[in-house]
Amino acid sequence: MLGDLKRDAEKRGLLTAPGFIDLHAHLREPGFEESETIATGSRAALAGGFTTICAMPNTEPAIDSPGLVAELIARGEAARAARVLPIAAITRGRNGKELADLVELAAAGAVAFSDDGSPVADARLFRNALEYARAAGRPILEHPQDLTLSAGGVMHEGVVSARLGLPGMPAAAEESAVARDLALAKLTGGRLHLSHLSTAGAVELVRHAKAGGLAVSAEVTPHHLALTDEWVAGSRALAWEDGGPRVAPFHTATKVNPPLRTAADVRACWAGLMDGTIDAIATDHAPHASIRKDVEYQEAAFGISVFETAIPLLLAGVAAGWGTWERVVGALTAGPARVLGIELPKNDLVVIDPKVAWTPTATSLRSLGKNTPLLGRSLTGRVVAAVVDGELRHELALA
Amino acid sequence: MTWQRRHVLATDDWSREEIEHVLETTGAMVEVLGRPIRRTPALRGRTVILFFAEASTRTRVSFELAAKALSADVTNITASGSSVEKGETLLDTVRTLTALGGDVIVMRHPASGAPYFVAERTDAAVINAGDGWHAHPTQGLLDAYTLRDALGDLAGRRIVIVGDIAHSRVARSDIDALVPLGATVTLSGPPTLIPSAWRCGMTPRGTTFEPDLDRALDGADAVIALRLQKERQHAGLLPSIREYAHTWGLSEERVARMRPDAPVLHPGPMNEGVEITASVAHGARSLIETQVTNGVAVRMALLYLLVAGAGAPPEQKE
Repeated sequence: MLGDLKRDAEKRGLLTAPGFIDLHAHLREPGFEESETIATGSRAALAGGFTTICAMPNTEPAIDSPGLVAELIARGEAARAARVLPIAAITRGRNGKELADLVELAAAGAVAFSDDGSPVADARLFRNALEYARAAGRPILEHPQDLTLSAGGVMHEGVVSARLGLPGMPAAAEESAVARDLALAKLTGGRLHLSHLSTAGAVELVRHAKAGGLAVSAEVTPHHLALTDEWVAGSRALAWEDGGPRVAPFHTATKVNPPLRTAADVRACWAGLMDGTIDAIATDHAPHASIRKDVEYQEAAFGISVFETAIPLLLAGVAAGWGTWERVVGALTAGPARVLGIELPKNDLVVIDPKVAWTPTATSLRSLGKNTPLLGRSLTGRVVAAVVDGELRHELALA
Repeated sequence: MTWQRRHVLATDDWSREEIEHVLETTGAMVEVLGRPIRRTPALRGRTVILFFAEASTRTRVSFELAAKALSADVTNITASGSSVEKGETLLDTVRTLTALGGDVIVMRHPASGAPYFVAERTDAAVINAGDGWHAHPTQGLLDAYTLRDALGDLAGRRIVIVGDIAHSRVARSDIDALVPLGATVTLSGPPTLIPSAWRCGMTPRGTTFEPDLDRALDGADAVIALRLQKERQHAGLLPSIREYAHTWGLSEERVARMRPDAPVLHPGPMNEGVEITASVAHGARSLIETQVTNGVAVRMALLYLLVAGAGAPPEQKE
């Protein structure tokens, strides 16, 4: 069946790829079901081509016990959409104070550990986490950010934040954390994976560490490969575009952490992706109910709903010549599989129509999170079918 | 020219023509304010809502006087603290303001960008009376008016802005109003109070950064001193208020470095003895009280243009 679908798709000029693996998604269940559930999130993921998604543990309660890991796996299976793999918290309750039972969490099915959104500030505790993760045979997924430097910031610190009078988060907040994390990975031999790199300096630090033989990996998001901090000021030009239509500034759909950076940073992220410094493209899909976004910019929640618009953004970057489709597919499949130490699922497949134009709207998005600055914008390229374990679980009827 | 704007949110995208049109209209309003009866019927039957979510006396009173001088009805709505603290969101407030049916909402808010949020969700015209660190367009326009009145054409003139630029909506709006009129602006102040990008060679068009205030003032045509919030010291941004006053405060000796008679402006309220000495604040160069008077005229001009001066006048409401 998989073979037939693939042949048929290729005959019609469509692209096919193994199922995409997302290392970084927020499904919000349990605790924030008004923003997303495992069922809606895993269906949205599938509609975006992701047949395997790793769920971040910043839920309420945080995923920090074997029972919660098992429950998450069960709910994911019940949804019968994308395969859901649980990431467990590094510290109990994500409090940054004491380690969760990492070995038992791994045995229960946690594929990695992360306190995403609340980086482990205590360097000694983070060192111990890396040592323990090594014993548990799982990677640590770290959100690299020095919270004392980024405190109060709501966007990238630079020319645009200066103009808008918004408090900024300097690139150095990410880079100093990356430098610390790399030093501790070297010290411990623990498997470190750096989440959502967004600055040219951070990419360079990882490149240097890899050249020195360190077994570290890193990811980048589709939005950090396409959008810039000018979007906060109302630009809607992708990093490789000039001019174009503008909207009112201060749209909270552009508020995300790490923040949208400059076009030079976007370029550096593509360069890091192309030369293998960056191993994976991960969505950091962060859906929010409108009540958390329909407020002043400074009070809005951080996060973009990404699943369903990831592929068209990446296709646009490829069309602009900033990267190749082969490399993008690698960073969505073999790259993340290597980070997790798993085989690529053999009976997964996605089919993409690279030419079709479509416009994401609040009603067309399957995710409960409508918080994307791409809402209402015409995009080119869409996932039309997705197969999980040999079962066609998503099919889009195109007019 | 025909007035096209529905709102006054910031002047960062205004043309020179638009700014000059406002300044000319302001001149007419100054004339109205000089009459024995300081009132015109231009906005009779219209309602102006003053929505101030941050403490302010002078700006609110200035708008109130401006609206009343145009015979508009004025309603005050005050709110304190962030929307989260008071349990009512800005969205709730916008719905209420829209239901009240005002023609113009004049708003001050502690969050940068809040007036854009309101303008997208209401039929009323919105005037930004100060949002966070972002913009205070009526202050920028009144400073431009005051300086042009004192200096004539601003082309080629060099204006110094000194103080807490990073947290100042006044500085941003002054730049936005003065640069299109041909002036250049020199920014000066402590390194922690200047946006990092502006210290690293990426200053806005028409501006430069000079940390040494004496050098900045040498031969300048005017200076605008900004208010120093004393809490900046507690935030670790300043070693001491004393050092600040000594290094970036305006003294008689310092202002004498400018051209003869070069004026001194301050948006108020002043910390006398910190960013400006009492003798400069009340001396011959000071235009600080003139700014207050001109503020009313600028706000009259904008209220008039938004309500009565648009290409297609809004329908009369019952």
